Amino acid sequence: MKTAIIIFPGSNCDNEMERFLHKCTGVKPIRVWHKETTLPDVDLYVLPGGFSYGDYLRAGALASFSPIMKELKKTDRKILGICNGFQILCEAGLLPGTLRINKTQEFICKPVTIYRGYDKYNIPIAHAEGNYYHPHPAKVSIAFTYAEDVNGSTGFIAGIFNNEFNILGMMPHPERAFESYHCSQDGLNIFETLYTKSI
Amino acid sequence: MLTTEETEIIKGTLGRVPNPTETHVFDAMWSEHCSYKSSKYWLKELYTEGKHVISGPGENAGVVDIGDGDKIVFKMESHNHPSFIEPYQGAATGVGGIMRDIFTMGARPIANLNSLHFGSTNDRRVIDGVVKGIADYGNCVGIPTVSSKCYFSDCYTENPLVNAMTVGYTNKEIFTSVPNKKGVVVYVGAKTGRDGIGGAIMASEEFAEGEDKRPTVQVGDPFYEKLLLEASLELFETGIVIAAQDMGAAGLTSSTTEIAIKGNYGIEIDLSAVPLREEGMEPWEILLSESQERMLFVLDYDTLTDRGKENIFKLFRKWDLDCFVIGSLTYTNNFVVKVKEEVVCDIPLKALEAPVLERRHYPKKGDINYAPFVPPIIPDFNMDWVWEQYDSQVMGNTIHGLPKDPAIVRIPNSNKGIAITTMSDAHLCNHNPKQGVAFIIENCYNKLKDVGAEPLGITNCLNFGNPENENVMYEFATTVLSMAETCRKLEFPVVSGNVSFYNETSGKGIMPTPVIGGVGLML
Repeated sequence: MKTAIIIFPGSNCDNEMERFLHKCTGVKPIRVWHKETTLPDVDLYVLPGGFSYGDYLRAGALASFSPIMKELKKTDRKILGICNGFQILCEAGLLPGTLRINKTQEFICKPVTIYRGYDKYNIPIAHAEGNYYHPHPAKVSIAFTYAEDVNGSTGFIAGIFNNEFNILGMMPHPERAFESYHCSQDGLNIFETLYTKSI
Repeated sequence: MLTTEETEIIKGTLGRVPNPTETHVFDAMWSEHCSYKSSKYWLKELYTEGKHVISGPGENAGVVDIGDGDKIVFKMESHNHPSFIEPYQGAATGVGGIMRDIFTMGARPIANLNSLHFGSTNDRRVIDGVVKGIADYGNCVGIPTVSSKCYFSDCYTENPLVNAMTVGYTNKEIFTSVPNKKGVVVYVGAKTGRDGIGGAIMASEEFAEGEDKRPTVQVGDPFYEKLLLEASLELFETGIVIAAQDMGAAGLTSSTTEIAIKGNYGIEIDLSAVPLREEGMEPWEILLSESQERMLFVLDYDTLTDRGKENIFKLFRKWDLDCFVIGSLTYTNNFVVKVKEEVVCDIPLKALEAPVLERRHYPKKGDINYAPFVPPIIPDFNMDWVWEQYDSQVMGNTIHGLPKDPAIVRIPNSNKGIAITTMSDAHLCNHNPKQGVAFIIENCYNKLKDVGAEPLGITNCLNFGNPENENVMYEFATTVLSMAETCRKLEFPVVSGNVSFYNETSGKGIMPTPVIGGVGLML
């Protein structure tokens, strides 16, 4: 499986994402600068975490207008947005709903438990705007839910798919849960369930 | 402000009365904050050598060798005064400033730490602001904050201490602010505005009740810092950088003159080439502005082909940064500032170095009454609330993050790790400065050993009251001498540091509060 990481000014989880994808797929991912106007021929495009454009205006709002986003809107390949990547995908309209400021009004960095069906994962979150909101959560294809209310998200939603199931956005960081010294190695399991085994 | 005596010295060396712009330059450069005039005499006693040390105090940050060409760059710095005036921006720009010190040397920051002293847990204006300021800045740039400690005591109510430390890593060449050949002076980063003018002077004065100092605090832009970080590291790779310096206290003035003094050159800059945020700024305002996220490079520009020059501009354009050639190094040994053709400042660089004060205030016997030792009261304060706001996991290299102490961070793409911790014990230092500082250094050394690390060196942040007060100067001198002795005994060198005097408001000063940050290599 070949992957590419889309890098925006202010992305800061790109290096660990590169190591994570390398470990998961065995192939070094391609780094793509946001000003590019063509997408490399790979199976999965990843939008990493960080603070694109400093999260000014709203998280992800400015990055959603980057040239590369036009190309991503056209592709039917798989796209994964983590944290700031999720925020960008929502702002670009590729995923439904929006991410608001956490109900605590503060940044939260801690490991949390999330569920996908019956599977349970222990994985870190680190965000200030991860409070997912959708007026009709029943219409959303939920990918992950938190075990408890951590940031005020509608229905404890931690990650969602689009209707075609090729785009996934999630707030927790699988790329911070794969090395032996991380809080768990569940990031690898998540990647395997989602991508290596076909959905 | 310059004293009458100092003005006389300046008149003597210049042989004339300095013009208003020059007076402002002297005022800033001779402030305690920039010149270290009260502390220099004692600081030279510190133990700064050792087998691991590549570069000790005097540079932007200290550098230690961890083998295989890998180097660890670290420093701690205070941002106490601004954090009291405007806690959020004060703390945020403190973090920004110390990170710039690290990447100015060509190293990528890999961990942030901080040591905070507050008055009481009820002082929410300062606590909330400082914690959020540190969190927002560090999280946005994407550097993990791996250790944070809070201490409480009444004396910090109006003098909170915000000490931030950054640790960086590189396996490439270290860049210094010492040019070894002539080059052009290039300004990169944010535009210059009226923020932070006189910040260095403000930090060298006591505060009086009710004074509004807000315009002297800078405003931070972490996103810009991230761009500057990436662009600077890319620029270092090109091999055309002769010297680099970030614009910190006293902005353009101190950064340009420091480069010239260290390299034994003169420097000439043209203020009309400096990008401005506001119209109608006076030359002295441009020279002393402490607008954040600005860097100064001396580039070997003239040897470049047109294509090479274009590549440099392209590099900065990629990161949406502006760069401007504002002057060049000269052979004259003078600091010359022009606005287009008009010379507004022409000072021999030698004259800018403030005379070192031999403040040997040894009080008469019996004058010093050590306060009885009062063990600190550890208030009921939810540290999880602080720690959760800091992203301690970004970069994916945090092995032991908050709340573990010492923190352990993996060196990117290697199997090495470093242990880092900060240490402070003001109550003990207040009771007995000599024993107090020896205790925190030994404690730091042992804590690093306990997690299996070989202690490499420390950085210090010496927070004291008004140095014109004899007792304060006595405490300071005792602390430094004891630090020197303990470090020599343990072979635990001081590689960088910072002194913060004048932590006094309305005549009430802080306890002597030396804070140290220790780094060790995991074996």
